[in-house]
Amino acid sequence: MSTSTARGTSTERTVRVTVNGVPQQVTVPVRRLLSDALRHDMGLTGTHSGCEHGVCGSCTVLVDGAAVRSCLVLAVQVDGAAVTTVEGLSRSDHQGGQVLHPIQEAFRECHALQCGYCTPGFLTTIAAGLDARDPAVPITEDEVDELVGGNLCRCTGYANIKKACRHAAEQMRQAAS
Amino acid sequence: MTTKLFGEPVRRREDARLIVGQGRYLDDIGSGAYAAAFVRSPYAHARVVDIDVSGALEVEGLLAVYTYEDLTGPMAEPLPVLIPHPQLTHARTGYTLVRDVAHHVGEAVVMVVAVDRYVAEDAAALIEVTWEELPVVVGVDAAEAAVHAVHPDVPDNVAARHHQERGDVEAALAASAHTLSFTQYFERSASMPMEGKGVHARWDADDSALRVHSSTQASTSVRAAIAAKLELSLEKVEVIAPDVGGGFGVKIMHPWPEELLVPMAAIKLGHEVKWVEDRREHFISSAHERQQRQEVAVGYDDDGRITALDVLVWHDNGAYTNYGIIVPINTATQLCGPYDIPVYRARVNSVYTNTVLVTPYRGAGRPQGTFVMERTMDRIAQERGLDRLEVRRRNLIQNDQFPYDWGMTFQDGRPLVYDSGNYPGLVDKLEALVDWPGLEDRRAEAATRGKLLGAGMAMYVEGTGPGPYEGAHVEVLGSGKVLVSTGLTSQGQGHETVFAQLAASELGVPIEDVEVTTGDTRRFGYAVGTFASRAAVVSGNAVALAAKGVREKALRIAAELLEADPGDLEIDEGLVQVKGTPGASIPLRTVAVLSNPLRYAFDEAARQATQFAGPGDDSKPPIAVGDSPGLEYTDYYSPLRSTFAAGAHAAVVEIDPATWEIDVVQYAVVHDCGNVVNPMIVEGQVQGGVAQGVGGALYERMAYDRDGQLQNASFMDFLMPYASEVPDVDIDHQETPSPLNPLGIKGAGEAGVIPGSAAIASAIEDAVGRRIAAMPISPTELYDLMRSDGEQVPRLPSATGVPA
Repeated sequence: MSTSTARGTSTERTVRVTVNGVPQQVTVPVRRLLSDALRHDMGLTGTHSGCEHGVCGSCTVLVDGAAVRSCLVLAVQVDGAAVTTVEGLSRSDHQGGQVLHPIQEAFRECHALQCGYCTPGFLTTIAAGLDARDPAVPITEDEVDELVGGNLCRCTGYANIKKACRHAAEQMRQAAS
Repeated sequence: MTTKLFGEPVRRREDARLIVGQGRYLDDIGSGAYAAAFVRSPYAHARVVDIDVSGALEVEGLLAVYTYEDLTGPMAEPLPVLIPHPQLTHARTGYTLVRDVAHHVGEAVVMVVAVDRYVAEDAAALIEVTWEELPVVVGVDAAEAAVHAVHPDVPDNVAARHHQERGDVEAALAASAHTLSFTQYFERSASMPMEGKGVHARWDADDSALRVHSSTQASTSVRAAIAAKLELSLEKVEVIAPDVGGGFGVKIMHPWPEELLVPMAAIKLGHEVKWVEDRREHFISSAHERQQRQEVAVGYDDDGRITALDVLVWHDNGAYTNYGIIVPINTATQLCGPYDIPVYRARVNSVYTNTVLVTPYRGAGRPQGTFVMERTMDRIAQERGLDRLEVRRRNLIQNDQFPYDWGMTFQDGRPLVYDSGNYPGLVDKLEALVDWPGLEDRRAEAATRGKLLGAGMAMYVEGTGPGPYEGAHVEVLGSGKVLVSTGLTSQGQGHETVFAQLAASELGVPIEDVEVTTGDTRRFGYAVGTFASRAAVVSGNAVALAAKGVREKALRIAAELLEADPGDLEIDEGLVQVKGTPGASIPLRTVAVLSNPLRYAFDEAARQATQFAGPGDDSKPPIAVGDSPGLEYTDYYSPLRSTFAAGAHAAVVEIDPATWEIDVVQYAVVHDCGNVVNPMIVEGQVQGGVAQGVGGALYERMAYDRDGQLQNASFMDFLMPYASEVPDVDIDHQETPSPLNPLGIKGAGEAGVIPGSAAIASAIEDAVGRRIAAMPISPTELYDLMRSDGEQVPRLPSATGVPA
């Protein structure tokens, strides 16, 4: 689809990016947001736009392992990077089944989602945080507050999201011991 | 025996797709669609002088531009008054695109369609609208003053004068031993779901049929509105609510202009068209709620028992009254809560302002009414030197007074009669939950840390589950799969799980076999919508009734096959069996196959139902007179009237006297929604509601300036609570079943939010010893109050919600 216009926004770039472990090549207008490129050019609609000004965190993805608001990043900025979206948090087991990340399991177990719209942003953020810590060390309340504190949810009142954090950390602790 | 499902914290069935990014929200549909964008009014009140679209026409990728001039037939007429009411004497609604005068910032004037949203926005930005500004009315005080009129033919700005009365209030006040009168303010907030609105339309020219997806709470009614406005026959229009990213009321309003314009464009262009609301659009063009000025007069006796209550409310309904006066009615009829108020009068003047229209936001007028009643109780307690729990106990409706008939008319047009309740029980449980007697010790302990601690409480009664009806269809397939459909929509409440629990329980099948569809007019065409905490009550009972119908039919068919009496049969784990006779059984899926006599055997299962499969009774037709093929049943539940849930909340705050920061350190909820289908989901609803209550009490407000510009139309400036602002919630339950519906349930969706501002205001007042008469309250406002000589917050920070 051509998006060239009289206003000079026609410049396009080809971006090479690894998304959820799969190398991708996508040609996008330079002004295209990463959130839009993921959703509309790559069909990964699990990443949601909630405010498009970087406050709510619904669109959070991991860029080279770091939680990033994809509505504040241009697609061209992730050229050469590895992006993980909510679709990439789970992994395949040896039988071709799907093994969820502990935080995904915990969200279901703890009723940490209602409408589910903000959920992918919480999952990517928390998964990155949990993966980066020593699983053998019990999680503290300060850590939990830090992991959930940057994203907005209008449904749950956050209590069950915090509970899911603790639950997932405990599952990871048990798995590590 | 089938696992008991009713009352169990069954894990949600919708989660499996949502936690892996496989939900299907509005913007996930139609990747090849053209995109719509809108030019919206930058002025709160202005006349369109000229629209020059020529600049946009140069944009490559532009497909169409529509203004009011392009609308024909019913599309050119005003939007419907959805809920006509005799007291709504001066209803006014806008047009799908501004005809000549815009009445609030954000009203759509021009629709642009282009190859994608970026290009559509480019084109929209190049459209020049010339405006003539008109005088602006913002806030209830300005509306009441009526120096200017929002609508020239409504010079006093009053859309409706709603009135409810029980006894002669003026005489009763005059005869009261003590009286008090005071004025309070309550500010605007909004539903603010994480997903805004959105519409996708696909026109099938071969079939002359329209398929619309909308992020709505009322797909059947959106369908009817589209058919009427676009002059299509109803059966040619399908409307589907896909996964919806939260609603909280704003998506029960319909048809939004975009719900009509996007389908119109899809038909005209012969191509899919989609519009997805961005956050700024949501702030300035989707509905808000809550602003009221409340003038209260109360009479009471020496013991603090209320003898008369008279309330005059000025209610800001925004620029239009599409949704009628439901919010004012809720305030007027729900205000008295759990208290036995012998003489009562409520007058609500619903007034126009040049702001976004007001329609229900979770709670829908009840938080404001509760604010009146509970703050009144606190004042009486103080005046009489009574404990705040005690003054409430003295005024409660007692358990032997049910059904309690107010002699008034509720928002569903039915008598306002409380069906059941145990209000003293709520107070007892709350007292224990929050350790009310231990508060003085906590206050002293907090003082040692330099903090001011205070506690407050508030009670409410919520009319839930109003009619007129909901329906459900339940069908068992030959595969054993059980399909459940209801027209009512879902926005995250867990309906797929709760309705599956009800159907599986009633039918005796594993819940894994049940598949629930909501809000899809292709599957179920008759429905009202999701609002007023009614889904579990109305659709829940309909699902149970429809499943019961399927069960009865299955037993009848199986009885013939097993040569048994239907009364001797049971269904367990999907197997129809003779009670106490192992082996004498037939799978429900086989009954489903045999319920549909076949001529053609398309698979092994079907072979059993063909004409030559076995000996039949030649004396009867294959389908008995009055019977029908298939193991399915449709039923409806139409409540006689609403059922009334209730609860009591307590908040404990700590305030830092250096910064006046207000920290809610404890929040306790005792909740009674009758029989609970899924306690995990009910607690989730309560916790989410409390977060919105805390937001409304301390952070959220719509800061319109005097020109009607919304100054905080972003998440940077409109402060929705993050996890750091929401306290942990201690929840206790009480179950007083409703006698009105077969399942004995009452609604739970809105309860959490209703008493938040009242309880937190009470707690702040208790902590600082100064009257709180306007909510929300910020640290700055509290600081100003503490510095002032006044005993009360006399008014909103300004008439418009922002400092002048």
